[in-house]
Amino acid sequence: MQSLSTSGILWRFCFGLSVAALITWVVLHLSHSQPDLVPLVRWTIAGSLSLAMIFGIADYGFKQFLHEFPESLKISFVQIRGSKLRSALTALGVIIGIVAVTLMGTAIEGINVGVDRSFSGFGDDLLYVTKTPWTDRQEWWNYRNRPPIRYSYAQEINDWIADNPDSALKLAVPTENTLTTLIRGENRLNNIWTLGTTADYSRITRSDMKEGRFFSDFEAQSGSNVAVVGFDVADALFPSESAVGKTIQIRDQNFKILGVMARQGSFLGLFSWDSMLAMPITTYRRYYRVDDNGEVRVQVDSTRMQDARDELTGLMRRIRQLNPEQKDNFSINEQGTIRAQLDPIENGIALAGLFITGLALFVGAIGIMNITYVSVKERTKEIGTRKALGARRRTILLQFLIEAVTICFIGGVVGLISARVLTAVIAMVAPNFPLVFSVELVLTGLAISVLTGVVSGFAPALSASKLDPVVALRYE
Amino acid sequence: MSSLSTDHNSAGQSQSGRVVRPAGPLVIDIEGVTKLYKMGDEIIRALRGVTLSIRRNEYLAIMGPSGSGKSTLMNMLGCLDTPTAGHYHFSGKDVASMVDDELADIRNREIGFVFQTFNLLPRSNALHNVELPLIYAGLGKADRIERAQQALANVGLAERMYHKPNELSGGQRQRVAIARALVTRPSIVLADEPTGNLDSKTGVEIMDLFEQLYEQGNTLIVVTHEEEIARHARRIVRLRDGLIESDEQVP
Repeated sequence: MQSLSTSGILWRFCFGLSVAALITWVVLHLSHSQPDLVPLVRWTIAGSLSLAMIFGIADYGFKQFLHEFPESLKISFVQIRGSKLRSALTALGVIIGIVAVTLMGTAIEGINVGVDRSFSGFGDDLLYVTKTPWTDRQEWWNYRNRPPIRYSYAQEINDWIADNPDSALKLAVPTENTLTTLIRGENRLNNIWTLGTTADYSRITRSDMKEGRFFSDFEAQSGSNVAVVGFDVADALFPSESAVGKTIQIRDQNFKILGVMARQGSFLGLFSWDSMLAMPITTYRRYYRVDDNGEVRVQVDSTRMQDARDELTGLMRRIRQLNPEQKDNFSINEQGTIRAQLDPIENGIALAGLFITGLALFVGAIGIMNITYVSVKERTKEIGTRKALGARRRTILLQFLIEAVTICFIGGVVGLISARVLTAVIAMVAPNFPLVFSVELVLTGLAISVLTGVVSGFAPALSASKLDPVVALRYE
Repeated sequence: MSSLSTDHNSAGQSQSGRVVRPAGPLVIDIEGVTKLYKMGDEIIRALRGVTLSIRRNEYLAIMGPSGSGKSTLMNMLGCLDTPTAGHYHFSGKDVASMVDDELADIRNREIGFVFQTFNLLPRSNALHNVELPLIYAGLGKADRIERAQQALANVGLAERMYHKPNELSGGQRQRVAIARALVTRPSIVLADEPTGNLDSKTGVEIMDLFEQLYEQGNTLIVVTHEEEIARHARRIVRLRDGLIESDEQVP
């Protein structure tokens, strides 16, 4: 064997580095740890891969590569054109794999966007004071003896805010909620998330009014039978007219609709303003039992989230008159905790997707490997001839590798186009499901198809490159 | 066995009126070469100690019945294979100890192959087929095309450069292959039964072309089992059972 040249050592080293970085990246991505490292790792992958390519070409010989690469590319296109059906069937596996990759990526990004969209109406600068924490649902029995969150707490918090101008807290709003049935003539809407709150609610929400207005302080305090409804509620009860100023029945009581919230879009049945109703908390307390479902939403300075949390905890402990040795008997939540709860779902989808995709790509890769072996076998004599004419091992290796990669690349492009069409169809059929088709996804798809080509083409290409020219020339 | 072409260093014509060019420097120098093959459990001794020298400007035929080691010797001369034992120097370079890629470079630069079955790339036109060795030599496109066109013109195919092999006759295909062999200006042209797949009339045409090439200053080695083809050469080496049986000048 020939000893390795400097560039030969360097490209192998850089390639190894990029593989190591890639594995690190996958691990970091799945474990959600060390987010600061991710950009560094990405740049390492990109940098070391580029360096590996440059050193690889140097090892190959710049001049040789310059002339042999287009030649190999040309041959592979001629070869693919010469056996269209076979190439198409072979590429099918890769196409399916890339469609799977893309749809999975689309779904995950779509979930993110959908969740963000669902939550957007509630604002990310809110802390929720509740009886039980949002996250730790398994151990609910630890929390069931806690006292309920009283709506008067909101007033106490607001008094504190008024006395402390430096407070990280801004505005507290009490809410009670329950599920109700809305009736409008013959139309009934069951299980509508109904909120009892103060007029301040309109100051902490991010949603805009589509039409009409939110109830006023006066209406809230006097306990008027007025309500503000979400877009879907209004649409369901008043499909062809404006809901503002109309009357609906809730528990045999007439409520006047003052306003309709702008549409937000919802996702996976997550709460969104679209399917809710809000009424003054005084009114709410007249008709519904107020027990465990109360909470206080506190708008805070979002740049001082942790300060706000600490401050609110201290304040709540004072309100509850807890001794220093007593544990908190309330919970403070933020939207991020719900967001974090979705991570396992996303990871699950990603893992299942990874498995399906991996399987599809594996089958595709086997197909490519097989066809490349067949191609090597069929063209054994040609390989012999090329070797006789002075083709070196790496030339033959490159040629068959490029053929495999070309088929995979074409398969990747077709797969991406198919996935794009599919997402368009899904978007038409299910407009609520947010699908995001990003540039990153396209680049990832192409990178994966090229990688599949390299991995599956390597073994047959290597066997072709090692053929004994004497044997190859004699092959019929 | 030691009869070399150094005997007739003078340019001129032989008794039969043919051109005999003065032999140049030593190109191929083989000494005591053996080649063993393993076929199953059996060891086949294809070459059993062959010593041979070939100089520039020679026109040599290698003859022998099948199994004589003729093909093995040809593969050896063409640097497609390395000997099991013995010395092989090509233009002073030790071929016997070379690795694959070094042999590929020698074949690319120093040797032009002409095969019995032409071995053209079926999907490429004549011009691209002739370009191929120049691609491996790392030549730029403009140079390649110029030299390939010239090589094709030299073998009388200027008009058919853009034809694919299946659009050419057998004789024309072999001319393309000869152009391909010559385009790198190799030290030797190695032809393996160049007329084996051609009818006798076309065969004669190809041998006339070889005669021309020889007169133009090329070094030719033709491997054949046909006496008639061998008679075109100036020197005939006969093999039998892996040994050189005779090595003589053709009058």
